[in-house]
Amino acid sequence: MTAIQLTPQDTVERGLALAAAEGATGCVVIVAETSSTNLRWANNTLTTNGAMRGSHVTVIATVGAGEGTATGVISRSAVTEDSLREQVSAAVATARDATPADDARPLVDGTTSADWDDEPAETSVTIYEKFAPALGETLQRASSEKRWLYGFADHEVVTLYVGSSAGLRIRQALPRGFISETGKSGDLSQSAWVGAATRDFADIDPLAFDAELTRRLGWATRTVSVDPGRHATVLPPAAVADLTTYLFWQLDGRQAFEGRSVFAKPSGGTRLGETLSTKPVQLRSDPALPGLETFPFVVARSSGASDSVFDNGLTLSATDWIRDGKLETLMTSRHTADLIGAATAAPAIDNYALSVDGATGTTDDLVAGLENGLLLTCLWYIRMVDPQTSLLTGLTRDGVYLVENGEVTGAVNNFRFNESPVDLLSRIGAAGATVPSFSREWGDEFSRTATPPLLIPDFNMSSVSQAS
Amino acid sequence: MPDIDESFNALPRHALADAALQRAYDLGATFAEFRLERIRSESISLRDSVLESASDGEDLGLAVRVVHEGTWGFAAGVVLTGEAAIQVAEQAVHMAQVARPINAEPIELADEPVYDDVTWVSSYEIDPFSVPRAEKVALLTDYSDRLLKADGVARVSVHVASVHECKFYANSEGTSYTQQRVRIGPDISAIAVDAETGRFDSMASLAPPVGRGWEYLTGTGWDWDEELAQIPGWLAEKMAAPSVEAGVYDLVIDPSNLWLTIHESIGHATELDRALGYEANYAGTSFATTDKLGNLKYGSPVMHVTGDRTAEHGLSTVGYDDEGVAGQQWDLVKDGVLVGYQVDRRMAKVNEELLGTARSNGCAYADSSGHIPIQRMANVSLQPAADGPSTEELISRVENGIYIVGDKSWSIDMQRYNFQFTGQRFYKITNGKLDGQLRDIAYQATTTDFWGSMEAVGGPETYLLHGALNCGKAQPAQSGAVSHGCPSALFRGVRILNTTQEAGR
Repeated sequence: MTAIQLTPQDTVERGLALAAAEGATGCVVIVAETSSTNLRWANNTLTTNGAMRGSHVTVIATVGAGEGTATGVISRSAVTEDSLREQVSAAVATARDATPADDARPLVDGTTSADWDDEPAETSVTIYEKFAPALGETLQRASSEKRWLYGFADHEVVTLYVGSSAGLRIRQALPRGFISETGKSGDLSQSAWVGAATRDFADIDPLAFDAELTRRLGWATRTVSVDPGRHATVLPPAAVADLTTYLFWQLDGRQAFEGRSVFAKPSGGTRLGETLSTKPVQLRSDPALPGLETFPFVVARSSGASDSVFDNGLTLSATDWIRDGKLETLMTSRHTADLIGAATAAPAIDNYALSVDGATGTTDDLVAGLENGLLLTCLWYIRMVDPQTSLLTGLTRDGVYLVENGEVTGAVNNFRFNESPVDLLSRIGAAGATVPSFSREWGDEFSRTATPPLLIPDFNMSSVSQAS
Repeated sequence: MPDIDESFNALPRHALADAALQRAYDLGATFAEFRLERIRSESISLRDSVLESASDGEDLGLAVRVVHEGTWGFAAGVVLTGEAAIQVAEQAVHMAQVARPINAEPIELADEPVYDDVTWVSSYEIDPFSVPRAEKVALLTDYSDRLLKADGVARVSVHVASVHECKFYANSEGTSYTQQRVRIGPDISAIAVDAETGRFDSMASLAPPVGRGWEYLTGTGWDWDEELAQIPGWLAEKMAAPSVEAGVYDLVIDPSNLWLTIHESIGHATELDRALGYEANYAGTSFATTDKLGNLKYGSPVMHVTGDRTAEHGLSTVGYDDEGVAGQQWDLVKDGVLVGYQVDRRMAKVNEELLGTARSNGCAYADSSGHIPIQRMANVSLQPAADGPSTEELISRVENGIYIVGDKSWSIDMQRYNFQFTGQRFYKITNGKLDGQLRDIAYQATTTDFWGSMEAVGGPETYLLHGALNCGKAQPAQSGAVSHGCPSALFRGVRILNTTQEAGR
């Protein structure tokens, strides 16, 4: 077999040269080199594992000029010299046949990363050399103590190379990892969960995870039935991330402008500038957020509501979506920013921090201040019921606890909730300090979040779920 | 029936497999399997009849899974040379070695006959990737225009996803096959916005994703002309409909809505890996635990649910699964009682006595070469009554109730007890007759209560195959496509919520 493999840099240069030779007006080539390794366990034993490597090339060719510009987008894995030629040719041919793109803008002018020539960064199973034996120890201990452990550890490194006919040559490598672990009592009647994001597993101690699960299962030695209804509820940072990530995805400027989102004004236009919370709530994204660093430029493989393939390489900077409780910015591409009359584009950024100015303390501190109510662990199966109010439904999962006079006094049944995360911002009773968090529902895909614990005085538990 | 794509057959399938399997054997693997997969995908989106995006992707790679000293090891790569295939086999063995200390159960697999270099192709007429892009966009623009030009429609979104999947599988037992499947999923929706109140709502086509080709978009298996003509009227009626009064109602549920309730409350609940706890940290477990096999009253006696990987045009339909097991059909719930599970070869072996059979029913699936095969859902379908009633007859049996059509929002708990669903259209039933649309409706129930309240299922003429392209499961997350057939059915006394009240308005 004589398939010739190309380096990422060669793929970009050859792709751009081939597109020019085929008569394309412009071209963007995105190469993503990924490596990942994972361990999965259940019932105190390993269930699956894997070491994967991927190489993914997207060619975006443009043909024509100004408002008449059309695009062709073709993605392939496992690119060779021959298949790249075919891929570029198909992208240019597709652009020629396409109707003009609504979002056409000049391609982003280029800067060159200092490390452009570097090889892709990578991870391997050796990342678990210390973690795996310690995990093994906890699995054995759980068996001997008649508890059950279930979990997943994942580590990946993505290296992006983005080049364009406008001179762009940017390279960025980013690690991402997480652990999520569930503990159950021997009779499976009680359940607890902990999760955390990590960049390198150096800060993850399986023994500490096991100790926290054991503490939580200990809370369940007393079980209490609580009826549905509106309850004073402490949401720890993980549960707040479960809800805030969904809110984050509703921040699309075009949807709001067109009157079909919770951020649309009933009389037309958007709710920009409106007060969502009387508390000094901040929702901010910034590629440089410490510990949550993410790609500092736009990577768009297709155009959508607030994404545009023409924006590839656009620099991302700190953005306040909500500032001092007011809706400050909605997500836009350069095209949709013009459409809705925004001064500059505000593309999505792959992280966020939600905070309340002046809030200090932890989940335990909020519990200590609560006379009677509930403490949640995390939320699950969250889905939109009514986009008009952003009403979400979902369930509590793996640990709901009764709080009496500032102390956890037992475990409670699970609930189905119906709540709007936008409404919740106006009903914050108390908040703690913002910390790195890991959403149970979305963390596997969106793990770069920081959130505070919140006390909601009247969280809407719609019915009881028998799940345990 | 179409042939396996020539360009896939031209890849050095057997040479790569032989190299990888030989290396795994030389390193001491007691079982090894090789997959070469090429998945072509296309996504076309129109926003208000303007092309928003169109992209074309191909994922090609190979994977090796081994059993080494009783432990699984899996690795995947994208370079298609013999040398690279050997390296992937070595990585899989290395993975098994690293994982060995945390594996407490030696892996054994259920036996399966050997299939020697066989071929299977799904049932479709026109490969979507053979139709020029411009022709596809023109058709979708026409469909979009028909809606956008109608009174009361402010916005129209159109999205079509197409997949062409080629797989070559070989294992150390001597089985090898080449399989090709095609599927397509249209998503067409009209949106109305009330300029005075700001209220907005949508009405989507009920056309399900199916295992068919482009012919589906031009009228084979779906009447587009009729449905597109009706959507604006349905949407206008919904915008003007009264809000429901929360309470308890009798329901007649159309297959276009009931399929999703089957998927969530039966499909996932009868996955043996969930019942055994393998998904406890992610997708969740199941209330239908193995001690309840043969005695759990899942629902009323009219309830008969099957699993299959054989239904024509089914999204989960295969010739062979990702462990080399041939597609089958079997019972999951019979006469209202839990009688079966969906399994793979490992679970079939470990639970041979419980299941009463030594064979896997063929539910192993990996969504790409980069992912490990896990137990994934078969087509799980509620069977109609042989001489059962029509939908109109079911409606005629209801004094004060609601007829629910089309799926929308869905959610269910980690053990598959408590669920809540909305829909596209809700018709009030008064004295056995439809009495106009209602809005702001969600139905909420516990799985066994709900299926226990099923008084009647419709006849075969009410049976339809619906489904989803994007069912999520496992860590790392994998996406699966699956179909669910069902008739219309009548349920007594189900809790209905008013979603506006739930939002505290």
